[in-house]
Amino acid sequence: MSAPTARTSYKNGANSTYLGMPSFPRAAHAAVRDTTLRANLKHATHTIRDKRAKAVAELGDWADLREAGKQIKDHTLRHLDRYLLQLEEAVTAAGGTVHWAADADEANRIVTDLVKATGEREVVKVKSMATQEIGLNEALEAEGIAAYETDLAELIVQLGEDRPSHILVPAIHRNRGEIREIFTLTMSAWGRPAPDDLTDRPADLAEAARLHLREKFLRAKVGISGANFMVAETGTLVVVESEGNGRMCLTLPETLISVVGIEKVVPTWRDLEVFLQTLPRSSTAERMNPYTSTWTGTTDGDGPRAFHLVLLDNGRTDVLADEVGRQTLRCIRCSACLNVCPVYERAGGHAYGSVYPGPIGAILTPQLRGTASELDASLPFASSLCGACYEVCPVAIDIPEVLVHLREKVADQGGKGHRLEKAAMKASGWVLNHPAALATAERAASLTRKAHPRRLPGAAAWTNTRDLPELPAAPFRDWWKRNRTS
Amino acid sequence: MSTGRDRVLARIRRALADAPEAPEPTRSYATTHTSDDPAAVLDLLHENLADYRAVVHRTTEDDIALLLMRLLAERGSQSVLVPPQLPPHWLSAADPTRIHDRAVLTPADLDQVASVVTGCALAIAETGTIVLDGGPDQGRRRLTLVPDHHICVVRAPSQVVASLPQAMPRLDPTRPLTWISGPSATSDIELDRVEGVHGPRTLEVVLLTES
Ligand code: SF4
Repeated sequence: MSAPTARTSYKNGANSTYLGMPSFPRAAHAAVRDTTLRANLKHATHTIRDKRAKAVAELGDWADLREAGKQIKDHTLRHLDRYLLQLEEAVTAAGGTVHWAADADEANRIVTDLVKATGEREVVKVKSMATQEIGLNEALEAEGIAAYETDLAELIVQLGEDRPSHILVPAIHRNRGEIREIFTLTMSAWGRPAPDDLTDRPADLAEAARLHLREKFLRAKVGISGANFMVAETGTLVVVESEGNGRMCLTLPETLISVVGIEKVVPTWRDLEVFLQTLPRSSTAERMNPYTSTWTGTTDGDGPRAFHLVLLDNGRTDVLADEVGRQTLRCIRCSACLNVCPVYERAGGHAYGSVYPGPIGAILTPQLRGTASELDASLPFASSLCGACYEVCPVAIDIPEVLVHLREKVADQGGKGHRLEKAAMKASGWVLNHPAALATAERAASLTRKAHPRRLPGAAAWTNTRDLPELPAAPFRDWWKRNRTS
Repeated sequence: MSTGRDRVLARIRRALADAPEAPEPTRSYATTHTSDDPAAVLDLLHENLADYRAVVHRTTEDDIALLLMRLLAERGSQSVLVPPQLPPHWLSAADPTRIHDRAVLTPADLDQVASVVTGCALAIAETGTIVLDGGPDQGRRRLTLVPDHHICVVRAPSQVVASLPQAMPRLDPTRPLTWISGPSATSDIELDRVEGVHGPRTLEVVLLTES
């Protein structure tokens, strides 16, 4: 794999930083040299991108759905305290228990204590970015509790002692031969071994995963999940998935623990009619994903007898406090912005140094974690500001606007010659030095996008410290090329 | 000592102190993308179910028993799970051993059963989705999860709606719901679509025309 320090640093997981991760440009350099990774990523992003465009085109009212999604989220965030309290009341009335965690450590402690109280030593998990963000698996492991990831891709990542590289297809950096090898070498240490004659056909690999995991599902007593949405008025949680491992984790165990970011709440049941149209089409480019589960507290005779909801802040209220940055919390994690991003395609998911790769990672991570480290300070510069991410975003997050805003913050905080400023300049330089892929995307976008970033890269504070001239309306790269030597 | 709850709520309120008002959302999107004609809606459901690789059949009350017998026989199922109040005549001609759900059945027991036959709460044509709500002709969620073969009967037109906005008010969120759009699938390995990972690998939907 590309990032040399990945393996050990991932295990250090707590509170999300891959310790020792090189800053964006260095990690990206490594990724560019990794041809397997690049070929896989390119294939993946282009395939999903084209399919998505078709799925979206089926709905003549896409722009209205996008606007409604944006407004629902903005309205909810504006009254987040009220809706969370309403949610808490509804979940409690339906037999669930609600916990509040201000940060990763608190969340990990709550979950670990809940698992310990059941007396179990293992849990099954359905893919959840929130639990990856807080390093829950490592926290559980430290207490002697084994956490089994059950998404096929997450299983590949976990067995390979690796890190996810894409929100939707986290193992996209692995090809079938590598997956066969990982299964053959490691499954036996975790449970049912891979069949002796395992081939590298995707259907056979999926079958091996089915058998390996079924053993775990059928005996599991504790399940851990995230949620895509929480409905305040009813206390209903929603998990959207494809494989059925989510249904297994949500249905078969006796205890279910869901760790969910506070921004995932929506006011009403009806609001789901918007997001259940926009999320699958933006994400997997399907009219609807194979399985969606909704549940409200506990139900007699059906599913877990105990349900715990852990509401996670972990930096989200800092994002909420930033008037430009708060729109980031509208994100429904569809990953459409990754698939259109020319920088992501070249650099790969790992270069972003957190569980959130691509354009959304470039704005979310520095806000959740702050920009004290070189990696986090360099992330807002890992973009050509082409605006393609904004175009596809189903909740209309103006990612370029937030990137520019964060660049200003980094500049304010560092100052000329500061190490953060240097990291930032290197990231910009990396982007600018990969012209081929970037230029095309950028031009395409500047033709389609009227609302280009209102302030061009390195606006205000940043340009002042750099003594750069007023920025023209040409694509950033062209402008830079013309001006960098002068 | 303040609790996590107090701290999170206080931080939210502080963060929002100067935030501009955000009005109730406007819903200018369509309530449906399809014509009102029930036959057209049913055709669309059929098409979209099939597009996502569900096997679709059409039948009537008179013929459903024979159809289900044939589907179970073709599958070679030795046993079939029966929810508490499946209409008895549906399986009146079927050969496999009927397994009635009881609380004592463990997931491992259910794993020994080949097929399951259920009704549903609703079907959504535009997305090719069937929704189960644990009603008496469906049973608890695990019945349609562990067996590898699920036959789901949709009554048309009464259980078919065109769109998501039409579906929401007809569903009861206090019940556990399972929305199914085609058999389970993954594209995790080089984006090659593989049908069937953990849920039933074969989904057959029977569109039952009401007289
Ligand atoms: S920022 Fe928008 S496009 Fe990107 S993952 Fe979030 S919702 Fe999807």
